[in-house]
Amino acid sequence: MKSLEELRALREKMKSQTDNRSVASGDETVIKVGMATCGIAAGARPVLDALLDEADKRNLHNVSISQTGCIGMCRLEPIVEVYKEGNKYTYVHMTPEKARKVMVEHVVNGNVCKEFLVGENS
Amino acid sequence: MFRSHILVCGGTGCTSNNSIKIYEALVHRIYKEGLEKEVHVTQTGCFGLCALGPIMIVYPEGAFYSQVKVEDVDEIVDEHIIKGRIVTRLLYKETVADDGSIKALNDTNFYKKQHRVALRNCGVINPEKIEEYIAYDGYEALGKVLTEMTPQDVIDVILKSGLRGRGGAGFPTGRKWQFAKNSVGEKKYVCCNADEGDPGAFMDRSILEGDPHAVIEAMAIAGYAIGADQGYIYVRAEYPIAVQRLTIAIKQAREYGLLGKNIFGTGFNFDLDIRLGAGAFVCGEETALMTSIEGHRGEPRPRPPFPAVKGLFGKPTILNNVETYANVPQIILKGADWFASMGTEKSRGTKVFALGGKIHNTGLVEIPMGTTMREIIYDIGGGCPNGKKFKAAQTGGPSGGCIPAHLIDTPIDYDNLLAIGSMMGSGGLIVMDEDNCMVDIAKFFLEFTVDESCGKCTACRVGTKRLYEMLCKVTDGTATMEDLDKMEELCYYIKENSLCGLGQTAPNPVLSTLHYFRDEYEAHVRDKRCPAGVCKKLLRYQIVADKCKGCTLCARNCPVGAITGSVKEPHVIDPEKCIKCGVCMEKCRFGAIIKA
Repeated sequence: MKSLEELRALREKMKSQTDNRSVASGDETVIKVGMATCGIAAGARPVLDALLDEADKRNLHNVSISQTGCIGMCRLEPIVEVYKEGNKYTYVHMTPEKARKVMVEHVVNGNVCKEFLVGENS
Repeated sequence: MFRSHILVCGGTGCTSNNSIKIYEALVHRIYKEGLEKEVHVTQTGCFGLCALGPIMIVYPEGAFYSQVKVEDVDEIVDEHIIKGRIVTRLLYKETVADDGSIKALNDTNFYKKQHRVALRNCGVINPEKIEEYIAYDGYEALGKVLTEMTPQDVIDVILKSGLRGRGGAGFPTGRKWQFAKNSVGEKKYVCCNADEGDPGAFMDRSILEGDPHAVIEAMAIAGYAIGADQGYIYVRAEYPIAVQRLTIAIKQAREYGLLGKNIFGTGFNFDLDIRLGAGAFVCGEETALMTSIEGHRGEPRPRPPFPAVKGLFGKPTILNNVETYANVPQIILKGADWFASMGTEKSRGTKVFALGGKIHNTGLVEIPMGTTMREIIYDIGGGCPNGKKFKAAQTGGPSGGCIPAHLIDTPIDYDNLLAIGSMMGSGGLIVMDEDNCMVDIAKFFLEFTVDESCGKCTACRVGTKRLYEMLCKVTDGTATMEDLDKMEELCYYIKENSLCGLGQTAPNPVLSTLHYFRDEYEAHVRDKRCPAGVCKKLLRYQIVADKCKGCTLCARNCPVGAITGSVKEPHVIDPEKCIKCGVCMEKCRFGAIIKA
């Protein structure tokens, strides 16, 4: 390491390794993937992987991605819940592609992906 | 990004409780399930709550699992990691609210009043990975110092912050650095005192085990401030995990060019080496420590000249304690005002204490200066176990004194502790309850100093031995009232005629117990009685005839046949034969045997 810039670059890179190593604070976006038996069977794991991958690619540090148990609407799995600015959005019938879209449109740009919400799909 | 982090404590306390096996089992299971890309398992430094080890914390839920066993690993992975259901049965009870929800760790009694500065990375990062330290702003302070500040700027910040030596004496760190900077010399040295020898103190060990890079970074900053290019960390060989992690940390820092030549391309050179202590308590004294690094027998030498003028190898040297160094990078990054805003007028910042003895939450706590003893012992420590009454607390180990129960509301800082006859010391805090005999406690600490006196000064070498013999007379019941006065006189004689801190402070435990608990000494001398029932020679086991059912259990278990009596008749103990082992009292099912 020859300069302070190199140290800072390494720190940015390492941040993605240590993100999520705390309880999410109030201003963080919390994303939860339903991963009980029903969720996993419906394909929740590729959805979770896609979310983690997208967060890495876009260098998002203000996001906490985790799993949760059965949300209760097993027929609509995989379900992804997004908690942002005090509101809860429930996305249903998710696929890795849809999940990536939610990350870009909703989490980054702040536009809710209405077409995937539970109200539109039940 | 990982969706979940599992942090397993790898401090000495949890390691001795098999936490490494737990860590290995976890890693094994996570790989078996193919979750290694989603879930990150890390071994960290000490969380502080050693009484409940082995400890594990799972983020982002913040689930704090205590007293985890290897057999619990499968359940944690199956339930929590795979299905997202927290294993409530293993949660630290304080973190579960009445309605069953999980409270944040910082809302529990043990952590609520704590403020972690020196320990900020302990239990957060993997100490064996420099990249994790860097992710938490590591080496940024060194970079800032080298690129934006002059050596005098650094010293001014440390001076302004009010940081005082955490090894116990409380000398202002900035002033020490200033002296060394002002000393003229081609070669200067930066030393770190990690020869933590006080019985019951383990904060330096925990910092080295949990966050070794903080100390390395601070020593490089100190090197820049005083103009030194070489440092030594003197750490006791009895801390194998700390030594191992330090070795790894130094190696990694060198690989990244954060130690060595031309750091950050600024032309500043600094390197570090480890020296192992061979277990002598006196080597925690600064001049003895440097003599030992030089390769001689660890004996103190007179001051002046002070180390800042003529220290290691005769060159200007600064020597600071591990905890002092651990504060430095934070002060540089957050500023002197931030640090000075914590604590009291003359003692700024926080202090780490190692809680031990008769207390519920044994472990490591860091509190702002000025917190009262009551808050530490009752609110954080959870009080004495088994409903016993708090009697006294010993701070400063064998150099400190006892703080009696009526002074429990004293705010803790350097000056207050000195005023009540104790001292901050390195931060060991041993709690005693009504079952502890204060004469016996004084004897324990004095026995330690008798052993550890290096023998250079007669007052310390012979004086502590004679003082110890007088204490033995007291606990044997053969002392006279004049002996108590003689003891006090001898204490002052030793203090005034010893060269180094060891002898100067060795009589403190005797003086403070004589001062606050003179009635206990007098009970031993005058009434030949030990009020706490500890001193064996003054103890007498008796059988209460009314309660004795004549079951013969005690007589059968007595190793010397001192108990006689026939079946279904009250038994009697022959005091001539009794060796006071206490077996009879332990065995009796009717509580018929008492200590008198």
